[in-house]
Formats: sequence, C-alpha cells, structure tokens
Amino acid sequence: MKISTLWYCFLQGLKNIRRNLLFSLASVGTIVACLFLFGIFYAIVINFEAMMKQMEESVAVTVFFEPDVTQEQIDAIGEQIRVRPEVNTMDFVSAEEAWQSFSLELFHGDQDKINAAFGTDNPLQDYASYNITITDVEQQEEFVEFLQSLDGVRTVRNSEVTAQNLASLNSLVGYASIGVIVILLLVSVFLISNTITIGITIRKEEISIMKLIGATDFFVRIPFIVEGITIGFVGSVIPCILLYFMYGMMADFLMSNFSIVVSWLTFLPENEIFHTLIPVCLLIGIGIGLIGSLVTTKKHLKV
Amino acid sequence: MLVLDHVTLRYPTGTTALNDVNITIEKGEFVFVVGSSGSGKTTLIKLLLKELDPTEGTITINGKDYSKLKQKDIPKIRRDIGVVFQNFRLLKDRTVYENVAFAQRIVETPPRYIRRQVPSMLTMVGLGEKYKSYPKELSGGEQQRVALARALVNNPSVLLADEPTGNLDPKNSWDIMNLLDEVNKRGTTVVVVTHNREIVNAMKKRVITLKKGTVISDVKKGGYIDED
Repeated sequence: MKISTLWYCFLQGLKNIRRNLLFSLASVGTIVACLFLFGIFYAIVINFEAMMKQMEESVAVTVFFEPDVTQEQIDAIGEQIRVRPEVNTMDFVSAEEAWQSFSLELFHGDQDKINAAFGTDNPLQDYASYNITITDVEQQEEFVEFLQSLDGVRTVRNSEVTAQNLASLNSLVGYASIGVIVILLLVSVFLISNTITIGITIRKEEISIMKLIGATDFFVRIPFIVEGITIGFVGSVIPCILLYFMYGMMADFLMSNFSIVVSWLTFLPENEIFHTLIPVCLLIGIGIGLIGSLVTTKKHLKV
Repeated sequence: MLVLDHVTLRYPTGTTALNDVNITIEKGEFVFVVGSSGSGKTTLIKLLLKELDPTEGTITINGKDYSKLKQKDIPKIRRDIGVVFQNFRLLKDRTVYENVAFAQRIVETPPRYIRRQVPSMLTMVGLGEKYKSYPKELSGGEQQRVALARALVNNPSVLLADEPTGNLDPKNSWDIMNLLDEVNKRGTTVVVVTHNREIVNAMKKRVITLKKGTVISDVKKGGYIDED
C-alpha cells in the first residue's frame, strides 16, 4: 500500500470520529466511565494496601532475655533473628534505654521524683529487648514460635489479636478486590459490547458499499482502527486527568478536615498512584478501542 | 465477456432464485435483464458482483472463473466492474467529490490524477458544480448520477446497473439511460436490470427475460416481454 493511501486512511479514521460524532461521544463516554470507576477503585485499593502494610509493619514483636544472659549471648541471638526472611526492622533496646523511656512516660521526665522513688536503681534491669517488625503479619505465629525456641529467650511479647485481625482484613480486601474487579469487568464488557453493536449497525452499509466497489479488507479496516484507537486514547486520558486532580483534592480535603482520620490514614502521593494507573488506563483504553474496531469491521467484511 | 454456465442459486431456505441459467454477454454489449419481482434479476447482479456464490454452475468474467478466485482477489475483480444500485448507496457522510474519489483511492490512483479525473467525470454526468454537496442535498436523479460517476471513474470493462431508474422520474430516467448508452458506445459492457418497459422498448437493445429464476427469452434488439 502506498504511503499516500495509508495517510488517506489515517485521515479518514480521524474524520470518521467527526462524521459519527454521537457514536464517537458514546464510545468515549463508555470508556471514560469504565476507566474512571477502575481508577477510583485502583486508588482506593492501593492506598488501603499501603495503609495495611504500614499497620503490619507497626505490629512489633518484643523479645526479652533470661536474667543471666550476657551481652555477647544477646548479640548472638540477635544475629540468629536478623537472618530470618520475615524480619523487616530490628532494634535493640538496652535495659537503660527501656528504663529511661518508661520513667519519662511515668514521671514526665521529673528527675527528682525518679530519684526519690528508685534512686539510681534500674527496676527494668532484666528488660533489655529486641523490638522486631515483620514483613508479613500472617507469618507472625510461626516467627514467634521460632523466637521462643531460642536459648536465652525468656519471653516473647506480641499482639496475636492484632495480627490475626490484620491478616483477616488483608484476605477480606483481597477477596473484595477480586469481586469488584470482576463486577467492573462485566459492566465494562456489557457497556462496550453495546457500544460496539451500535457501531456495527451504523457501519454495516458503509462497509458493504466500500467492499462492493472493490476496497480490500485492509483499506476498509485502517480508518476504523485509527478511529478506535483514537477514541480509546481520548477515553483513557480523560479519566486519568479527572482522577489526578480529584485525587489530590480529595486527599487535601480529607487531610485538612478529618483530623481523626489523618491520625491513622495517610494518602500515597499522586505520582505513586499514577505512574502505574496512567499506563494501565492507556493500555486498556487503546486496547478496547482497537478490539472494538476490529470486531466491528470483521463482522461485515465478508461481502 | 461474461459467461453464466448452468448457474443455479438456491438459498438455505430452499428457495431457488436462479435455476440452470446460461447467459453469455460479449464485450461491449448492452443488455437489459427484465422480469417481475422475484424473477431473479437482483440475484443475477449479486452473483456477477460475487456478493453471492452459485450453488451450481460457473461464472466467468473476462476469462476469470469466480469459483477459483481467492478471497484476496475479489476486490481486484470488483474494481473492473462498475456498479450502480437502485437506492444509489452513496456514502452519506461524504461529499459528491469524496464519493467519486473514494473509488479511485481504493485502486490507489495518485492524488494528482484523482484531482483531475473526478471533476472531469462529474462534469460528464452533469454535476460539475455540485461537487461540494452531500448526497442528502441532491435529488434522486442527481444521486444516481453520482453513483454512475463513481462506477465509471476507474474505467471498468463492465457496468452493472440494478434498477438504475427505479426511484427516478421519466426525465431523469432517460438522462441516466442516455448516459449508460454513451458509456456503452465507449466500449464498456453494460448490463441493466430494469422494470422500465418504456425505456426497454425504446432503446432496442438485447433483452433477457427472467421468470421464476429461469431465462424464458433472450432477444437481440428486443422489447419488454410480458411473462404471462
């Protein structure tokens, strides 16, 4: 095919959008609606996951040692723990640090009161510990069992209920995500197939005329493909722009108005959401446009 | 040359549209195909355009056997056959110029030739000044002229016209028939399916009469025959 013919087909594809303005708007609208819903859901899920991760990471396991263990033994235990894959962060809190922190909390830093009550004694002498956060809260039970089995470990403190609740919430979010994605997909397929059916009806006569006067399948198809891709592209850019601004505005609004919410909920920055969302939306939009145009033309090409 | 050799077309419903039809049309001939509704006239045009395939028999145009054509060869065959439909079948969202130029784009005519040939063809059919109009802005006769210009712009060897005057008044009908006659005089084979008794009788061309899918008469310089 000559370049001038390809260029003609390309321009015809763009002109077709204007010629069938209502159909084009309906198609763009359908894609915008589907991707907008997808984008909202994606932003919620990603933020929720980040929040869960943050909460999981804050669930700490504390390891205390037998009274007679030496610092060398504590260090050796620390080495054994550190190499475990579940470990996210690990901090050593010496008995002095533990007492300093506790006394600060209890006596609000009033050194006179502390001296009066305890003198220079450290009531937490045997409370040196490792504070450990793990990467996956579901592995906590197994990890605690491991810690308890170590020589020199007196006790392991952990919040089993929190861990279990977080694990259940995690799987609930997982199932809900799958459910919503399936529903969104079904709604999208329904809306888009309806739009394509309308497209087929509109184009039937046009394709038939082109074929009867000698157009090849390729010649008939190119403008439709250009049209489909353009519609898909526009249909995916619009929700991305809308979501970008809405996300920022919603995050600002919630952060500034709901201080209780802010204390436990943080929003991921825009670029963290959109560096994945934009290419995915473009891919889906252009893919829908391309497949839609191929389906629309294929049905009538055998003339 | 067009040859239909023992052509039969049966629809899946069991209806026989054409039954053992044998027709040979020489290069440069002008032929009317007449018959009442349901006689198989339009089916004949569809077979010649390879819009339908015969159940039995063979169709040959300019030495090419339709049954041996591959899917990719069909457009090439159609480009050598100009076609005019009763309901014009123009691309409604394109101007007169674009409708005619479209036929040339298909055969990849260089744009500079298109710019020259399309106005010349539109002038020939009397629409030189309406090239910017859209089909809905034209009368039936004018739309049929556009369809004729589109059919002729690639200089086809065969022109098929399915009821070209079916939606036109007598004056426009005669204008179209005179144009077809002129085209034929330039060497194009013309096959016209029609109901128009007056025109068929007046033009004294070859007339093939179909009845219930069978050729009942084939007369050189004939007239419209009542099937009953």
